[in-house]
Amino acid sequence: MRMSYSKAITLALAEAMEADEGVFCLGEDVGYGGAYGATQGLRDRFGAARVRDTPISESAIIGFSIGAAMSGMRPVAEIMHMDFIAIAMDQVVNQAAKMRYMFGGKAQVALTIRCGVGGYLNAAAQHSQSLEAWFAHVPGLKIVCPATPGDVRQVLRDSILDDNPVIVMEPLGLYEASGEVPDVYQQRPLGKADVKRRGEDVTIVTWGRTLPEVLEAAEILAAERIDCEVIDLLSLVPWDEQAVFDSVWRTNNLVVVHQAPRRAGFGAEIAATITERAFKELDKPVARICGLNTPVPFAPEMENYVLPRAARIVAEVRKLV
Amino acid sequence: MTRPNDSALLAMYRQMVLIRIAEEALLRLFERAEMPGFIHSYIGEEATGVGVCYALETADVITSTHRGHGHAIAKGCDLNLFFAELYGRASGTCKGKGGSMHVADLDIGVFGANGIVGGGVPIAAGAALASSIRGEKRIAVAFMGDGATDIGPFHETLNLAAVWNLPVVFVVENNGFADFIRVSDHQKIDRISQRASAYGMPGETVDGNDVEAVHSAAKEAVERARSGHGPTLLECVTYRWRGHFEGDPQPYRTQDEVEAWKARDPIKAAQVRLIEAGLADPSVFESIRAEMTGKVDDAVNFARAAPYASPESALEDVYTDLAVEGWQ
Repeated sequence: MRMSYSKAITLALAEAMEADEGVFCLGEDVGYGGAYGATQGLRDRFGAARVRDTPISESAIIGFSIGAAMSGMRPVAEIMHMDFIAIAMDQVVNQAAKMRYMFGGKAQVALTIRCGVGGYLNAAAQHSQSLEAWFAHVPGLKIVCPATPGDVRQVLRDSILDDNPVIVMEPLGLYEASGEVPDVYQQRPLGKADVKRRGEDVTIVTWGRTLPEVLEAAEILAAERIDCEVIDLLSLVPWDEQAVFDSVWRTNNLVVVHQAPRRAGFGAEIAATITERAFKELDKPVARICGLNTPVPFAPEMENYVLPRAARIVAEVRKLV
Repeated sequence: MTRPNDSALLAMYRQMVLIRIAEEALLRLFERAEMPGFIHSYIGEEATGVGVCYALETADVITSTHRGHGHAIAKGCDLNLFFAELYGRASGTCKGKGGSMHVADLDIGVFGANGIVGGGVPIAAGAALASSIRGEKRIAVAFMGDGATDIGPFHETLNLAAVWNLPVVFVVENNGFADFIRVSDHQKIDRISQRASAYGMPGETVDGNDVEAVHSAAKEAVERARSGHGPTLLECVTYRWRGHFEGDPQPYRTQDEVEAWKARDPIKAAQVRLIEAGLADPSVFESIRAEMTGKVDDAVNFARAAPYASPESALEDVYTDLAVEGWQ
């Protein structure tokens, strides 16, 4: 079935709530369908007890979810823009991530935190950040970032079934993009990458909103006989090292593309890991094509300069190959 | 630790004595460096944790604080496993991964002591939310100090718990100090319970050194929660006999002030009450003290003999399924 990214989220949530009475949704405007429409119709279908509008209280949204999860439920909390999770950092980082560990493995925090991730929307510095690097640094959290309708249906449901706290990064710039979604869901473990394009000359690893930019760049480069393999990681913690390694073993070139700033971005982790593991397979140092080390600016001219676009990716890959 | 035929007061007295003796033992063990980490002593505040927990069922949930030994013991934590945890041993309640600041026992609803001031407050409300959604009778209590009532999540939580009419009781142990700072220097109000009115819930202040007063107020709040009438903010005014942590030089108060509060020892106050009511005499107090000292000695010996945690066990329990690499 063909549908938009946001409808695929709604589908995944509805299926998860249908399958398990312990699943419930909460967040700002969630009952009214969500600021970006991802929860439309859920309150009518499942009732206000399980689809809950909250005040603008991010710490309470996450903290309440943790307590409910420790009581055996599977809350799905929505943080409208990932930037706003900064307000709930104690609950995410010191509480959700550590409860299981600090309590000797006895606590289960089967919590899903859905975050709208901005960028490419002219939403400026406080509504555009992709903060995966913050959370990748905190043991106890999983982080996923699906970029297509089929993937978000799959990975969101996988996340809700996961017994650990999972942050699901949903690129708001892709909410209206449509794509194929399988009729039937089958659970898969988190952490498997998806090769979105096969190629032999260079491996490009990316996730989230930069996936369509990378695919567009790969088309342009194909016309120049540069054959890109595009790996969509889908999950950052854990991330599919083997899939990247297998690809680099064939292409001998690795590029990582992400929208977050380059400095201490997750691309550095990938570059270091693959360099440690496959130094001799690499023809050149791993290249990182990332957001520049600035806040995200408002004016479209500046935002397009700061965030990676297909044109920049094409230019950088040409230099490498 | 309670016996079925005890009066409520005697039962609570026994719990308070157990906590006091356990804390006194911890101070000795810490002083001679037998116990690693920090100790935040609960001495002087026993009536609050005991009076509240005596109003709870085993299934009810509590979240506790960095000063949480008394809450865990009052809720029924196994004393041997509690001490083993404070020794960092493999058989501790948290397999040695938590220690004093994170003692937890989920089987009896202890959702953990918490090293972040106020960190457990929304979590207790979340346990209450689960009860509310599932239509259960289980309620939750969030213990916190006066300092926690200044953090943002306290306000977010009380507001939303009231809006959602959740079965939760917010218990503030006002022990006079947030770290080193006196309540009068961190709040402009006379009673913390006044804050309840801002959220549309009942608030009450009681003498936190009077275990019967605490219990009676807690019982009412617990019944309100359990019967579907929503949250309560209960302030228990007590006093922190020890410093913020063991080793705190305490430049912020005089010894006279501490002695004045020691004269209002909640345990001695309960003794007076028990004698007046003809429920006990000094010989009973002696035998309870001896009994609890024996229990604590046994627990210390259990902990000393308990197996050490293997270094590599640090790699377990991060996730339910993912392995974490060590170093080779």
